[in-house]
Amino acid sequence: MRGEPRDGRIVIVGASLAGLRAAEKLRAEGFAGSLTLVGEEPQPPYDRPPLSKQVLLGKVPAENTGLPQRREVDAEWRLGVRATGLDPFGKRVLLADGEEVSFDRLLIATGTRARPWPNPAEAALDGVFTLRTSDDAGRLAERLDAGPRRVLVIGAGFTGSEIASACRERGLEVTVAERGPAPLVGALGGTLGTLATRLQRAHGVDLRCGVTVTALEGNGRLTGAQFSDGTRIDADVAVVALGAVRNTEWLAESGLAAGPRGVTCDAGCRAFDMYGIVTDDIFAAGDVARFPHPLFEYQLLSLEHWGNAVAQAEVAAHNMVNPGPRRRPHLTVPAFWSSQFGLNIKSVGVPTFSDQVVIAQGSLKDARLVAVYGYRGRVTAAVSVNQAKWLEYYQRLIETAAPFPPAPGAADRPESLVPVPSDVPDPKMLSHGPTVALTGHLPDRRLTVVQPAR
Amino acid sequence: MNVVVDLNRCQGYAQCAFLAPQVFTMHGEESLLYTPVIAEDQDERVRRAAAACPVQAIVVGKEAGSGAR
Amino acid sequence: MAADTLFRRITDYAHRADPYPLYAELREAGVVRQEDGSYLVGTYHEIAALLHDPRISSDRRNRAVPDETAAGEQGVPPSFIGLDDPEHHRLRRLAMRSFGPPHTPGRIDAMEGEITRIVKDLIAGFEGKKRIDIVDDFAYPLPVTVICRLLGVPTEDEPRFRLWSDTIVAGFDPTPGEDPAERQRAGSEARKAMGLYLGELAEKRRNRPSDDMLSAFINNEGPDGRLTQLEIMTTAVLLLIAGHETTVNLITNGILTLLRHPDELDRLRSEPPLMPKAVEELLRYEPPVQMLPQRTPLADIEVLGVTIPKGAPLILMLASGNRDPQRFRDPDRFDPTREDNQHLGFGSGMHSCFGAPLARMETQLALTALIQHLDKPRLVEDPPPYRRSPVLRGPRHLLIEDDRAGA
Repeated sequence: MRGEPRDGRIVIVGASLAGLRAAEKLRAEGFAGSLTLVGEEPQPPYDRPPLSKQVLLGKVPAENTGLPQRREVDAEWRLGVRATGLDPFGKRVLLADGEEVSFDRLLIATGTRARPWPNPAEAALDGVFTLRTSDDAGRLAERLDAGPRRVLVIGAGFTGSEIASACRERGLEVTVAERGPAPLVGALGGTLGTLATRLQRAHGVDLRCGVTVTALEGNGRLTGAQFSDGTRIDADVAVVALGAVRNTEWLAESGLAAGPRGVTCDAGCRAFDMYGIVTDDIFAAGDVARFPHPLFEYQLLSLEHWGNAVAQAEVAAHNMVNPGPRRRPHLTVPAFWSSQFGLNIKSVGVPTFSDQVVIAQGSLKDARLVAVYGYRGRVTAAVSVNQAKWLEYYQRLIETAAPFPPAPGAADRPESLVPVPSDVPDPKMLSHGPTVALTGHLPDRRLTVVQPAR
Repeated sequence: MNVVVDLNRCQGYAQCAFLAPQVFTMHGEESLLYTPVIAEDQDERVRRAAAACPVQAIVVGKEAGSGAR
Repeated sequence: MAADTLFRRITDYAHRADPYPLYAELREAGVVRQEDGSYLVGTYHEIAALLHDPRISSDRRNRAVPDETAAGEQGVPPSFIGLDDPEHHRLRRLAMRSFGPPHTPGRIDAMEGEITRIVKDLIAGFEGKKRIDIVDDFAYPLPVTVICRLLGVPTEDEPRFRLWSDTIVAGFDPTPGEDPAERQRAGSEARKAMGLYLGELAEKRRNRPSDDMLSAFINNEGPDGRLTQLEIMTTAVLLLIAGHETTVNLITNGILTLLRHPDELDRLRSEPPLMPKAVEELLRYEPPVQMLPQRTPLADIEVLGVTIPKGAPLILMLASGNRDPQRFRDPDRFDPTREDNQHLGFGSGMHSCFGAPLARMETQLALTALIQHLDKPRLVEDPPPYRRSPVLRGPRHLLIEDDRAGA
């Protein structure tokens, strides 16, 4: 019967990782009704992490990053068409081609897009790129193949740093410009930011911190860039890596609590409306979702993480086809990885939710370590550099709110166990947007817009 | 067939890079890079690699949405 | 049964053929303290957590009461299996340079043809026999031949190092109450003798490299240096022993298990692509390394409400964790198609088995070829006679009869 948990019509808007895994999970949980996936990009779901690594290194063609399916999903795929609106009364999703799709339950998984360069004329110069989609990656890889004389990377978050790493590995000259004091500092704080600075310079990156790009120069084609410190460089490729923008504009008239920080939902992935009332037929998952997390004082978290997209999509799908008492909360500890300059960086917890950090294992000197973060005397995050095998131990410390600093006794005798301030800068001081944001407790989008960053 | 690795789970045991070295490669000591679209002659090796993964991080399957219109 | 006698019963040779009911008792009992002050852990989640706990040392010199294996050894330091980071990491990485990725990624994959040939030759050797010993005729010679070629050790010397190897394995047998000091002293002597032998072999290859690991150890200098002579000896001893004392058990346990589950044997015979998963299930169901006897906490650590004091011997019962119903559905069932199978057969964490990919490949190829060759194999004796060690557990002989064995 229509509207019964395992029957009816489910529409998933967003056909990337979260959308796909949700579709699989719906079928795995016995959903037998009609399933429609709407995706703006024409390609079937593909994996994005390889775009800034294998693809830019020239090892994998951009169009060859398609995701494997874990099971048949028996869905109608509406690819290459954007959702333009949501009618919550008629329970319809409006599409850019003028068609509409009706639903009994809806999953919003529209993710994010690359934040564009703010000056449209400069952004339109040939040689200026962003990196989010496989098309972006294909175009950029092709340009790198052509052997540009210098690549400018604007923003030294994870994406910008990975791009710089791939360019250096290909032997290309690279300048990285970051408004903050160091690469990765916005996500990992001062101690590992200093390590990242050292690594980039050791790998021959022309790293410029504390500056902004004031102009991209060129006449049709990019020729160079000017910096806020008065210097300039010649460059024929610039990659804008300023972070992401959440794809929520299509929800402007929907009455949902949707805004620049995402679609606010509860621990069960049910979306809130703009009055803070939870809906029961609209769910959100992945990069676009903003959800409360018990480990971080129930503040609403916005995450741009592969693992969160998978985990949250599965919880959302489960809850879409199960009655109230059988619903599950999304409690996964945030986790991500980055591969750059020959190092594997992995994180659990939220390093920015910290006041102190300690090198609990290994050493900065060897660039092989585990850094543990604490907030008011409890462990809130850990980051490993080429030491991933230990990370699950620290994840348990996070999950159990263990005291910070962690007890000594590590068998590899780290050089110093004295915690230092974690030095996480205000995100407003950085070029790139944060991939993890704690965004307070208020669900209403109009209130969250004016909420200060920290 | 396509492959994706959950690199949150991956701890760098490198079993896949031993058993299917044309598909999975270690980049440095701990980072894993892989080819998401597998050539047919690598199917068997990839299956062995997926079975051997100590943290069960490798998903192998038909390309998702390949029948999409 | 009092908990403090449980380990005596587990290590008692009388229970070698089926220690699993005792492991169930151990899991029921939680963390068990023995009369000698050592601690046993047999539940999956606790073992897995301890293998990833940075406060657990693998270096026996950190024990409150160091034993012969740890302390003396006539100046021979531990190999990397008995060291912590950063020394462990340096040695393991240097050994890995000539074995696998990132520096030698294709080595094991390239051995598939050779292993297949060795397997074929061994099976050809069944010719004329109606009764074969899976251990002596197949499961032992295969890994010995492979590890000898890999390291660059003459196979003809096998009788020499087999004796040393037996003595070394007996040396770390944790069975209580059988004058461990004497066994450990003999083990140390054998280890030293084997080290000198392998060191000499390596020395002969200095400046005359061939494509084997001893050559690479003595000739290759990487960005992070090279192994010293002493380190070459300890590392080569470790690899030679590990390379042929464990895979033999995995292959033999594999055949034994398949003969006890004829439906699964038939299925694997008709669907060879299932073999990789079947080998993972064997690693869970009958792991060749039953326990890790040489861990030591560097701080007081609480596990399941019991405080394991700093410096106490800590024994992790991998084979028990592999049968933990809290982790595995229907754990005592052999299911070669098991989906959720994150077993502890090769350990876990930073000391996870160095040679695992080689053991996997050898076992997959060996079992596939053997079950294709045999027609209606029958166990002559069940249970078969077992080897002495409770750590590296497996049959000493496994006699089977088959109409086609020698066909």
